[in-house]
Amino acid sequence: MSGKNIKAGVIVFPGTNCDMDTKRACEFFGWETEFMWHDETSLDKYDVVFLPGGFSYGDYIRAGRLARFSPVLMALNGYVAKKRGFLVGICNGFQILCEAKLLPGILSVNDNTKFICEETRLSFEGKEITLPIAHGEGRYIADENTLQEIKSKKMDFLKYTNNPNGSIEDIAGLWDKENNIIGMMPHPERAIFAETGNTNGRSFFEMLESYILSLRGEALASTRQSK
Amino acid sequence: MQTETKPELYKALGLTDFEYAEIQKRLGREPNKLETYLFSAMWSEHCGYMHSRKYLSKFPIGGAVSHGENAGGIQIGEHVIVFKVESHNHPSAVEPFQGAATGIGGIIRDILAIGARPIALLDSLKFGKITDNFSKHIFDGVVRGISHYGNCIGVPTVAGEVGFDESYTDSPLVNVMAVGIVKKDKIRSAKAEPNKVVIVVGSHTGRDGIHGASFASKELNENSKEDRPSVQVGDPFIKKVLIEATLEILDLKEVQSCQDFGAAGLLSSSSEMAYKGECGIDLHLDRVHLREDGMQPWEIMLSESQERMLFVVEEEGVEKVLNIAEKYEIPSSIIGNTTETGCFKLFWNAEEVANLPPEILAEAPKYTLNEEEPEYINEYRNLTLDKNIPINEAVEKMVCDPNFASKKWVYRQYDHTVGTRTAVKPAQSGAAGIWIHEEGGVIGLAIDSNGRQVFLNPHEGAKNSVWECCRNLISSGFKPLGVTDCLNYGNPEKDEVAYQFVKSVEGIADACREAKAPVVSGNVSFYNESPDRRVFPTPTIGMIGYTNSADKLLKAAFSNKETVILLGKEITDDSNTGGSLYQRVLYDFIGGEVDKTNADLEKKFEETIFELRDNKLIGGCIDVSEGGLFGAVFEGVKNGNTGFKGSLIFCKDEEKALFGEITGRYVISTAELEKTKKILQSKQVQYKILGKCVNNIMEFDKYSFDLRKLYDLYDKSIELEMER
Repeated sequence: MSGKNIKAGVIVFPGTNCDMDTKRACEFFGWETEFMWHDETSLDKYDVVFLPGGFSYGDYIRAGRLARFSPVLMALNGYVAKKRGFLVGICNGFQILCEAKLLPGILSVNDNTKFICEETRLSFEGKEITLPIAHGEGRYIADENTLQEIKSKKMDFLKYTNNPNGSIEDIAGLWDKENNIIGMMPHPERAIFAETGNTNGRSFFEMLESYILSLRGEALASTRQSK
Repeated sequence: MQTETKPELYKALGLTDFEYAEIQKRLGREPNKLETYLFSAMWSEHCGYMHSRKYLSKFPIGGAVSHGENAGGIQIGEHVIVFKVESHNHPSAVEPFQGAATGIGGIIRDILAIGARPIALLDSLKFGKITDNFSKHIFDGVVRGISHYGNCIGVPTVAGEVGFDESYTDSPLVNVMAVGIVKKDKIRSAKAEPNKVVIVVGSHTGRDGIHGASFASKELNENSKEDRPSVQVGDPFIKKVLIEATLEILDLKEVQSCQDFGAAGLLSSSSEMAYKGECGIDLHLDRVHLREDGMQPWEIMLSESQERMLFVVEEEGVEKVLNIAEKYEIPSSIIGNTTETGCFKLFWNAEEVANLPPEILAEAPKYTLNEEEPEYINEYRNLTLDKNIPINEAVEKMVCDPNFASKKWVYRQYDHTVGTRTAVKPAQSGAAGIWIHEEGGVIGLAIDSNGRQVFLNPHEGAKNSVWECCRNLISSGFKPLGVTDCLNYGNPEKDEVAYQFVKSVEGIADACREAKAPVVSGNVSFYNESPDRRVFPTPTIGMIGYTNSADKLLKAAFSNKETVILLGKEITDDSNTGGSLYQRVLYDFIGGEVDKTNADLEKKFEETIFELRDNKLIGGCIDVSEGGLFGAVFEGVKNGNTGFKGSLIFCKDEEKALFGEITGRYVISTAELEKTKKILQSKQVQYKILGKCVNNIMEFDKYSFDLRKLYDLYDKSIELEMER
């Protein structure tokens, strides 16, 4: 699958722990992948930037709360505004995106008040898949207006079929298609390799790849037009 | 130097008259006050292994890598899998959440000090009865502590065991095993060489955990809660950062050796480095970065503040180490250097405040223990169980007993998939599987103990604990390779305990020799008793195994229409089933003779199972342990979502037949009965066809059960009790 020339960046905060898993998943698809420390500010070389899972800054105050003040988050605002590429937050990354208001709503403590680690059934783009979840604060909450917006913009691309944590409307992930921002609690990067018994995560990365390539096509077309 | 040391001081610090006289003799002088503090920690049971060292030398170590370092390992290809199990029993009894959390922190640092990246955690937990409110509180706190800490540092908790028995009410056992991976040529030693710089990297040193080592070396009583300041507080966020920083620092060629700060903090880490490297060390305690003002030299030396590492570095590498610490925003300080003097010297504002030969500090006296068989052994051996309850009632009681029931409530709280290496998840088979993509295969990890059997027969019980761990690995498709052990006992100064310890250590040594699995590392925890109760002698065995391909893994799940076969002995009315779980659960009984293991048979089953597997003849494979033959069949049926119709009872005592525990047994399922029989016959192993897998049915002999009801009891028992 090489030769597609896709470049991915994986942001590492103190306390991030899914950075290596995310990099290995990207590399499985032949994407050139780099880590960047949380003080990085030049992001334009990346077709996709990941905020991986973990406990950034120890989850003090609330999961994702402190990471939004880091230099790389400031730079991400610019990356999104100019539609340079995709921004994907997984687990703690989704929490950071919500705390930073890059996605609507918030993630709160699971309704059983405990950390939950298991394989969860999900509906993804109309088909059923199974992905691992591992979080203590994964219960998605949003007010009525926000939910209306989510529905009208069709942002709820990933839903639990057996809601494990009490998320409203079974929401497991959101995709802001205008700004190319994706946030999700399940871990597709942990379901790539056959040795781990689950390869369902590949469908997410394959979808992402096709969107990255089509975004590149659009950018190319608009450059030609302006010439 | 201050010179006077009053008897009140050394006694208050836990040193005996004999030990103090020994110190005077070896030093050729009185130790000063600070030095007395140092000895009180280094010559505590926890650091000095005084009652155990003599006996631990019986363990076979051939084939182990890095034995005698912070953790040992087994070589697989170009890599070494480093592993060790350690107890954090006493702190967990007093403060379960922090006690368990810092237990993980401590064992992770041992792995890290070798230069290995931690890739998996396992735990063996023992509590009093789950219906007892105090035990419930400890259980809940320990699980939350492990969940909080393990999940945060990004190391998956992939397997474990949880047991409940009245004997653990006052002294719960919290044993944590950590596993790491390192390239063979990147292994670091704790041995220091002279003329290098000594640097502390990590958290500020505070007053927490002072005398943790001597705290762990005494019995718990009602005043133990006053020991709460002796329990350290962990910060998994700083630990995660420290893991990354340490691995980056150890990648520098100028870094010569590394030690973690464990029991007795800076004192034991620095003196062991000097001792192992046969060099001297000068430490300037006023240069250590501190969390609070006014700390005394002895407090700085004994502090067990978490998340600290000690490095010995060549002069040219110092700047690089400090820069890495700064990148991760971790404090660090240069506190001294190694020397050619052969002396362990401490300074406070340039004044020498202690000067001791490291070998005297490190080599605490070795005690010889009682080996005479205590009376209770014979007494219990001759007890017989002659009660019976209806089988339907017995089956229901067994499936919802928390020792047997599903542990999902526990492992659902542990992140067991982070790291993307988990090839076999909790409850899928007898051992967890961690994919070693660096080498292409999968390591198997198991942890097991059986206090009841060791109590009845320390030698045979301990042997069977090792073989039981082997069976867990073999039934999952792994070849057993190496052992780590955590030896949990009562007060070794008491004759009964001394005998239990000595005989079970010999049992472990014998079994490991027979199984050709060296003991690469280990830990001893004594004094697990209160004035009212003593724990069953509980040697916890942790093992690793390997298979070179994920395709060779076996699952503990049967499929519909397969034939179920018992490999091994049938239970007869004469079988020795002493120590079986059902006797304790149904009748609160413990007694009788423990079944003896047979190494040749165990080896033969290993060969047979692997041959069946390589011929793709095995559907599911389960070793027969707690819950007996019924337990194994039930597990296979439940995991495979099928059912069973056949026969399980081959003697008059029906409960014994169903639930009795004897050694060397597996249950397998196969879709190809004739081919399987051919191999079993050619291997000349004993086997018996038990029945067939039939959807949604549980029928054996004259009994039948509603499977859904049994599943419900099994799945929800612990959760219902804990959420009550």
